[in-house]
Amino acid sequence: MVGRTLYDKLWQSHVVHTQDDGTSLIYIDRHLVHEVTSPQAFEGLRIAGRRPWRVAANLATPDHNVPTTDRTKGISDAVSRIQVETLDKNCAEFGITEFKMDDVRQGIVHVIGPEQGAILPGMTVVCGDSHTSTHGAFGALAFGIGTSEVEHVLATQCLIQKKSKNLLISIDGEVGPGVTAKDIVLAIIGRIGTAGGTGYAIEFGGTGIQALSMEGRMTVCNMAIEAGARAGMVAVDNKTIEFVKGRPFSPQGKFWEMAVVAWQDLRSDDSAAFDHTVRIAGADIKPQVTWGTSPEMVTAVDGRVPDPQHESDATKREGMQAALDYMGLAANTPMTAIKPDKVFIGSCTNSRIEDLRAAASVVQGKKVAASIKLAMVVPGSGLVKMQAEQEGLDKIFMKAGFEWREPGCSMCLAMNADRLAPGERCASTSNRNFEGRQGQDGRTHLVSPAMAAAAAIAGHFVDVRNA
Amino acid sequence: MEKFNTMTAIVAPLNRANVDTDAIIPKQFLKSIKRTGFGPNLFDQWRYLDHGEPGMENRRRSENPDFILNQHRYRHASILLARENFGCGSSREHAPWALEDYGFRVIIAPSFADIFYNNCFKNGILPITLDAEVVNGLFEAIYAVEKSDKDRYQLSVNLASQTIVTPSGESIAFDVDAFRKHCLLNGLDDIDLTFGHVDAIKAYEKRRAAQAPWLFTS
Repeated sequence: MVGRTLYDKLWQSHVVHTQDDGTSLIYIDRHLVHEVTSPQAFEGLRIAGRRPWRVAANLATPDHNVPTTDRTKGISDAVSRIQVETLDKNCAEFGITEFKMDDVRQGIVHVIGPEQGAILPGMTVVCGDSHTSTHGAFGALAFGIGTSEVEHVLATQCLIQKKSKNLLISIDGEVGPGVTAKDIVLAIIGRIGTAGGTGYAIEFGGTGIQALSMEGRMTVCNMAIEAGARAGMVAVDNKTIEFVKGRPFSPQGKFWEMAVVAWQDLRSDDSAAFDHTVRIAGADIKPQVTWGTSPEMVTAVDGRVPDPQHESDATKREGMQAALDYMGLAANTPMTAIKPDKVFIGSCTNSRIEDLRAAASVVQGKKVAASIKLAMVVPGSGLVKMQAEQEGLDKIFMKAGFEWREPGCSMCLAMNADRLAPGERCASTSNRNFEGRQGQDGRTHLVSPAMAAAAAIAGHFVDVRNA
Repeated sequence: MEKFNTMTAIVAPLNRANVDTDAIIPKQFLKSIKRTGFGPNLFDQWRYLDHGEPGMENRRRSENPDFILNQHRYRHASILLARENFGCGSSREHAPWALEDYGFRVIIAPSFADIFYNNCFKNGILPITLDAEVVNGLFEAIYAVEKSDKDRYQLSVNLASQTIVTPSGESIAFDVDAFRKHCLLNGLDDIDLTFGHVDAIKAYEKRRAAQAPWLFTS
């Protein structure tokens, strides 16, 4: 018998009904909710006179619009404030658990879910947010959905889906010192492109992935969507189980013991067949920096901005030139000659305690370069912030000249007040370098937390392995 | 959801690969708690010369004359011709809401990002995937019409027969998932359809709760 992949197992254990053409009704175990993509869904429920199918499956928090400065003043932008208040009202009306803006448990939805033990191995997890793929790190099937599907999950606890194909991306061998999960995933996207995973569910495997912490695996799965795949996942091992143990929403007692036994099967069988496999040697991966306006426009820090003239495909060549024009970069510029104006350490990709520790270790005892207009650290949640403060990381950052902020999505997408001015260049630990993502005409270079910290100190990108 | 069956409409060529949903509808407009009214801010940062914010009177803003949708001949386009990986990035359904509100009902591209593709069908928009060479041919045909300054380039799309007919009478077949086609042709609502399976959902929950009770405790 042909074995099954992790994705096959997760899919099959959640099928409620399948039509002849393969279209299936899939049961959803956990639904995360934030303020931006949910108001129209709640409104739809209200208009139809429906209630949530299973209230306890939902967990909500405001993250995109919240200020990262003093919150006692509330949200000054009226439109943002109404959106957050609407989430509060909807959660109260429908009985959904919400960590509000003034709750220490509030944070980026993809940080608080795992932190609370609300994400468990074997679950299906959805959220009206493409970075829901993050939760695949726990051996879960997790993917982003639109607002119509948010309403569908609220109303029925199910989604109508067709099964994706299986893609294995294996990192063979551990990466070297100074090379992080972020560099691994950027290198993967550089290799397969932003549409390379379209139509697939990606399993990240190999010794290079196994060696990563849970935080690192979350970073890799988080950016599966940047490779085109709605879902990315990693097999369950002892690290997964240790991470989940003892958290507020985690099972306890007899149920914990039962769960741990069941979770042992959450890995691809040795004889499982993948539709496609990509192998990358861990030792070949260097610290990465993006140079363009798509995450696939990425190179190693010791490389140069590529020359569009060397690209034979006309559409690609025009795209590269448009990206360089937008980014204000000349072809063949060494990556280490690029000077950011601002540095942002945060986002659902890189705002967990391990990320802050990595950045702090680079910053310790040094000063942010005079040419940097703003360097900021935005922890992923109130609890991450609290832990970092207990470890004294806030002091290290502030002493070096970083601003230490309140948790939220912040300058990853600049829906709140944190944003780039036109033409400003940013070293950012976020996930998207799209035009205008961090502010109209802002220029984004995606990097790891250690690389962002090193750029803040040097005033230009540096190879953190030599820093 | 509005039904889709056939349409003959002007085609606007958007000659860029990897058009992301941040470009289709920038983040500042996502603060709305409504489903409607996003059309005037579709492609906002490419379409206008100033920085757009919610609440602005868009008719008074200065348009970017170089942007394709601002050219007179494409003003009333309802079919968008695009390049690879259209709709990548954020899952925001505000992207198809904005396209639909503007007046687009069909998008043709060599490939689409998964979430965006799925969101289109929930909003009465038909995304059509064609081979890259065929899409290239359509771009060239539109540019040829542009140069000759003849009539505007139109295509006829028929979902039931899964065909596109060009002005010269050439017929191009396209694939579409049978279930999605059925829903779009009949304007069916997914939630209503799923409520037809209430017993199956309840039976699943019972079975699953016996196997994995920890999933049903909180």
